[in-house]
Amino acid sequence: MLEKAIYGSRKYWVWICFLLALIGVGFLSYLYQFKVGLGITGMSRDVSWGLYIGQFTFLVGVAASGVMVVLPYYLHNYKKFARLTILGEFLAIAAVVMCMLFIFVDMGQPLRVLNVILHPTPNSVMFFDMCVLAGYLVLNVLVGWTVLGAERKEVAPPKWVKPLIYLSIAWAPSIHTVTAFLYAGLPGRHFWLSAIMAARFLASAFAAGPALLILLALIVRKNTKFDPGTEAIQSLGKIVTYCMFINVFFLGLEFFTAFYSKIPGHMYPFIYLYSGLEGHAKLVPIMWLSTILAAVALVLLIFPQIRKKESLLALASVCVFISLWIDKGFGLVIGGFVPNPFERVTEYWPTLPETFITLAVWAIGFLVLTILYKIAISVKEEVVFDKYGERQIKAE
Amino acid sequence: MYNGGKIIIGLIIFVALVTAPFFLSGKKATAKPDPKVDTPEILKLPVSERKCVESKEFMTAEHMKLLLEWRDWVVRDGDGVYINAEGKRFDMSLQNTCMKCHSSKKKFCDECHNYAAVNPYCWDCHIAPKEKES
Amino acid sequence: MSIDRRGFLKIAGISTILGVGGISAASGLKNWAEASQVMPNPEALKAKRWGMVVDMAKFQTDEDYQRCIDACDEVHNVPHINNKKEEVKWIWKEKFENAFPGNEDPYLAEEIKELPFLVLCNHCENPPCVRVCPTKATFKRESDGIVMMDMHRCIGCRFCMAACPYGARSFNFRDPRPSINAEKENPEFPTRTKGVVEKCTLCYERLAKGLQPACVEASKGALIFGDLEDSNSEIRKVLGSRYSFRRKPELGTQPSVYYIF
Repeated sequence: MLEKAIYGSRKYWVWICFLLALIGVGFLSYLYQFKVGLGITGMSRDVSWGLYIGQFTFLVGVAASGVMVVLPYYLHNYKKFARLTILGEFLAIAAVVMCMLFIFVDMGQPLRVLNVILHPTPNSVMFFDMCVLAGYLVLNVLVGWTVLGAERKEVAPPKWVKPLIYLSIAWAPSIHTVTAFLYAGLPGRHFWLSAIMAARFLASAFAAGPALLILLALIVRKNTKFDPGTEAIQSLGKIVTYCMFINVFFLGLEFFTAFYSKIPGHMYPFIYLYSGLEGHAKLVPIMWLSTILAAVALVLLIFPQIRKKESLLALASVCVFISLWIDKGFGLVIGGFVPNPFERVTEYWPTLPETFITLAVWAIGFLVLTILYKIAISVKEEVVFDKYGERQIKAE
Repeated sequence: MYNGGKIIIGLIIFVALVTAPFFLSGKKATAKPDPKVDTPEILKLPVSERKCVESKEFMTAEHMKLLLEWRDWVVRDGDGVYINAEGKRFDMSLQNTCMKCHSSKKKFCDECHNYAAVNPYCWDCHIAPKEKES
Repeated sequence: MSIDRRGFLKIAGISTILGVGGISAASGLKNWAEASQVMPNPEALKAKRWGMVVDMAKFQTDEDYQRCIDACDEVHNVPHINNKKEEVKWIWKEKFENAFPGNEDPYLAEEIKELPFLVLCNHCENPPCVRVCPTKATFKRESDGIVMMDMHRCIGCRFCMAACPYGARSFNFRDPRPSINAEKENPEFPTRTKGVVEKCTLCYERLAKGLQPACVEASKGALIFGDLEDSNSEIRKVLGSRYSFRRKPELGTQPSVYYIF
């Protein structure tokens, strides 16, 4: 099936070359980082995790969100998602690959990364995170590839796929819960020491992931003969609406605990992020951008008349994705480190090489996604259309 | 040959690339490594005491593994003293035991490492003694 | 004999696993046959749990503090990096409001507000950094409770830096060697390399030779060091007779560094 990825239109190859160019630039930046050390990034003794770990945190959520299409289809027979499941599973694979790459580029001694396997440490959440991410990747590859292969041969998938699918449904929330535990169990960081950290992560994951899936489904429909289904996209829209609302609600809960208790350690990170602390206010503009985008998105999503218009749903999805990307991919990580354990503020902003490396990892993820989608769509285009090769607009 | 010209040119380039490491490094590639043990510190010892932690044969073959075991014993287990096959005691330390006698990294350690094209990262942290002139 | 691609791949895969596993099992047996003897240094100082008391009354001048800090920096080749963002410090000074945040008090005596406190790794009884390390590169020594660093194993993930509530850990953002004072370099202790985390290790290498930690030796009695579990030790007598406090006690880490006035 892999050979389907090397046949494509001119547009397809221009896109691939663009991604390869981004990867090339980022790779050179990574060589520079490998030689000199992580000093070329904006991280510091006080803000010891930055953009890389933030992106990893956000993308674990996107990876977990594959379950949002798999669960209704396989557990509850929601037939409308029939054409979306493979897109969701392949998105999960691309996201997990990006997660692992972000961890790799963040490491001070990347050549020693196998020490985590050679010296397993069950009490370390990071060890568990590696295990569950690797397991989730294997699950999605097995399930996605087998189901797609079976569809291509126009037979039912083999029986052993079903238990693996159910396992992946249970596994998906676990990868994001474990990632939340990275933050939620650290005694010194009051911004993260919250019981609802895992719940917040899941809510934002199940809003951001389906939002991205909506956009990808619309792009697929526009550029290929394959149509994931209007009703499926609308269902995704409803999922995004509810989950985005829950996510904003949870953020409100955090604000309440911090500002009603008036405990300084709890308030300071929020004050730093949203209004600046002791004159340091680098993150304030983008945090407010995230808030405004979230509000705009909710307005577009809550009213069905607006949500039903696909162009406005797409706009809302973009707003949701960017808002949550800022919140989880940047604000959450930096907020935990400011102020530092001595209640001093050291600010963080990514440097140019750091940005190039980040873009390269995103490009690798999108490359994996493009190739997998090309394969899936090529298979589906052959199989899901009538013998006249006409586009089937109506999904099941 | 169909496309014979291109094939022959390709073959010549291939052979050149594959044999390049050999004729580019010249004499260095075949020069036998010659680690010198005539450092001032070793020469100060009477001939009967010029013995390493273990025998020369053992050290040549196993010093890499021995050092890996040493570092785990010292840092992780808190044991500092090694008792060799003959019952003699040594402090387990690259900097303070091994390099005290083998005080020229260039003339001893690097000889074999350069020949085998390996680059152990020990000296990224462990300070090698300053090379003395001659 | 005809075999399809699937069958071939199955046989090749299983042979590889058996071959690799067999080789490592065989070499494991070979290693076991050549075990040698090791033992702790006979002159090593022993304790069930090391602790330190910082007697603030005995720190009168700037020089009193600097002596301890310099002793540690020189013995351990701690680099002096000009960039505050990348600085590496094992023991240093902090003001009261920074060393003990959460004690905000507008009416606190001026002299205490300005008094520098020596801060270092607290070698907690219940260390969060050890809990989170994915490779056990940082670990608590069973014999005496020191929270150790294995620089050989550290992968530089910096999870421990996020977990430490006291900000005691530093990361090598670049090669530290250019920032080490070449004249004062200690040739008997290694430097570190880029990409690993470091912190105070309670001079385990000096304790192994029967010496006190460098800062304790340089402090001229201002730092009291001893076995917290030995009820007859000097440190226990001091703690038993004076009021002492520790940093962030509410977090349950049980630090072993105490402060007395």
